[in-house]
Amino acid sequence: MTPVISLQQITKVYGAGETEVQALRGIDLTVNRGDYLAIMGASGSGKSTLMNIIGALDIASSGHYELDGINIDSLDESALSIVRNRKIGFIFQSFNLIPRTTALANVELPLLYRGVGRRERTTRATAALGAVGLADRTHHEPNELSGGQQQRVAVARALVAEPSLLLADEPTGNLDSRSTSDVLDLMDQMHAQGRTIVMITHEDSVAARADRIITLIDGLISSDHRTTR
Amino acid sequence: MNIYETLRIGLRGIGANRLRSGLTVLGILIGVAAVIILVAVGNGTTQSVTSNLESLGTNTLTVRHGTFGQPGAETRTQFKDLTVADAKALMDADVAPDVKSASPVVTSQSTCSYEGTTHATSITGTWPSYFEASNSKVSTGNYFINDDVISARRNIVIGQTVVDELFGVVDPVGKQIYCDGTPFTVVGVLESKGSSGFSDADDTAIAPLTTVQNHLTGYRSLDSVLVQSSSSEVMDSAQSEVYSILDDRHSITDTTARDYQVLNQATLLSAVEETTSLLTILLGSVAAISLLVGGIGITNIMLVTVTERTREIGIRKAIGASKGAILGQFLVEATVLSVIGGAAGVLLALIVTRFSVMGITPIVMPASVAAAFGVSVAIGLFFGSYPANRAASLRPIEALRHE
Ligand SMILES: Nc1ncnc2c1ncn2[C@@H]1O[C@H](COP(=O)(O)OP(=O)(O)OP(=O)(O)O)[C@@H](O)[C@H]1O
Ligand SMILES: [Mg+2]
Repeated sequence: MTPVISLQQITKVYGAGETEVQALRGIDLTVNRGDYLAIMGASGSGKSTLMNIIGALDIASSGHYELDGINIDSLDESALSIVRNRKIGFIFQSFNLIPRTTALANVELPLLYRGVGRRERTTRATAALGAVGLADRTHHEPNELSGGQQQRVAVARALVAEPSLLLADEPTGNLDSRSTSDVLDLMDQMHAQGRTIVMITHEDSVAARADRIITLIDGLISSDHRTTR
Repeated sequence: MNIYETLRIGLRGIGANRLRSGLTVLGILIGVAAVIILVAVGNGTTQSVTSNLESLGTNTLTVRHGTFGQPGAETRTQFKDLTVADAKALMDADVAPDVKSASPVVTSQSTCSYEGTTHATSITGTWPSYFEASNSKVSTGNYFINDDVISARRNIVIGQTVVDELFGVVDPVGKQIYCDGTPFTVVGVLESKGSSGFSDADDTAIAPLTTVQNHLTGYRSLDSVLVQSSSSEVMDSAQSEVYSILDDRHSITDTTARDYQVLNQATLLSAVEETTSLLTILLGSVAAISLLVGGIGITNIMLVTVTERTREIGIRKAIGASKGAILGQFLVEATVLSVIGGAAGVLLALIVTRFSVMGITPIVMPASVAAAFGVSVAIGLFFGSYPANRAASLRPIEALRHE
């Protein structure tokens, strides 16, 4: 079975000369289908940088990356946008919903960019909002929702297109304990349904939900172990 | 993603940013409306002044009595009246072959009344040839004739404004009016020449020269002689014939110090046309500047919009929007806003130009409508798509990090 993520000797260098920063120094990582991976590490260790490369939001300076058997290094920008749309669902620390746009319209967006017809879009987006417990908030705009609710909308948006990979960069970083457990429960559900998840977190209690934890130090993987669950 | 969906996303974007969208539309609206209105006003002024002058006849010369501040006028001892004999001399077919008619003119500012209604107007005392020379046609009733002049009959032809003021809906022909106490019989009504902004060509009355002199002005010098040349081509030779005859009769030796002045209608017309077209150009450039300023406003708003929404672009790219989808959204937004703004501007201009300003009826030039609309839409499109294109080309992570 091809792994969902296969990284070989990935490096990322920001800037040049005096201000050059080696954010990643050679990452080798394989994530299999159905894995729930947590990435930990100190601030500045390169977690987000790695996540952005996995999500095809950014391009590695060197190394080789295959997603679901597709060679990402060789794709141009328009092919990458299709990959992001079909294969990946994102959840960000800062929610990143489109402002002044209803929850329903936000959740519909990935389907819209995929070319799904209007009626099916609405049905699926409504169902996704229902699944995250926001059936009664479909026509609220982001600024009319609490942080926890906004993050659940973001989860619904990441889910609706049924991606093979769910990426979450500190999804609970801005949430209280109640909303944190709501969001983590949702991710557990998805994991139970067989979805592959990669999540960045600073908190051990959050990482404990995953079944594999890797720790980054200065752009290198320093530990990689399975949790005992 | 089809065009319909792109359109929907664009329209949703407009709805999501109402204030900004409103300001953009307003900027374009004002620019477009200003261009159309100002050009229409300039154009209307030109047309009104020109038609005013043309209504006086394009092949006439006006000989005016007086010195009009010419240098040397004070030192001249001779100062002869302009007389009926002068007018007759101008009609000598041998000496002045290019003069078709010469009509002596006296004018009197008089108050006329009919059954208790009074109206002050200017009465021109002249000969029947004046009607043709001054392009004045009678619409109902008759002209007065030479016989009326010889017998000094108190017949009068009145303009439409005088009819409206004194008679209202009553048919004035055959009625008697009193002007400065003298009874006149209305024999005809002049065809309307229309008011033309600066003066009302219809607020006038024309009566036989002798009658006006007898009862209203007395036998002083003529105010002017209206000379009609046989065609507009021979205006210049007619003018020199007038000069040579009158110089001789008035014993003028120094041609810079005449006691009369000849105004050439054609020269006047072209001079005025030059001035008014200059006015149109001036107003047009003021308008063009306002369109430009409006355009800079649009550019500014569009730039701010895209910068402000770079993060939004990043989010959209992160969930799989292609560059084309992003560009399409901003193009739709910019197009819809500039078309709405442009159309509203045209509409506003068309409404405003229906009203006359200070007696000038603006005349809309179709070219200015097309140009203003086209330029504004082009500005909106270009400055809407250029920054959007820049933002859409960013890597998603760069757009997302944007603050
Ligand atoms: N756009 C950039 N330009 C230059 N340097 C960058 C850029 N993004 C990240 N870096 C640098 O790369 C290194 C890794 O950053 P990264 O954001 O991956 O850290 P992180 O592990 O996510 O930290 P945190 O836990 O605080 O989010 C840091 O030293 C950071 O300063
Ligand atoms: Mg980070």
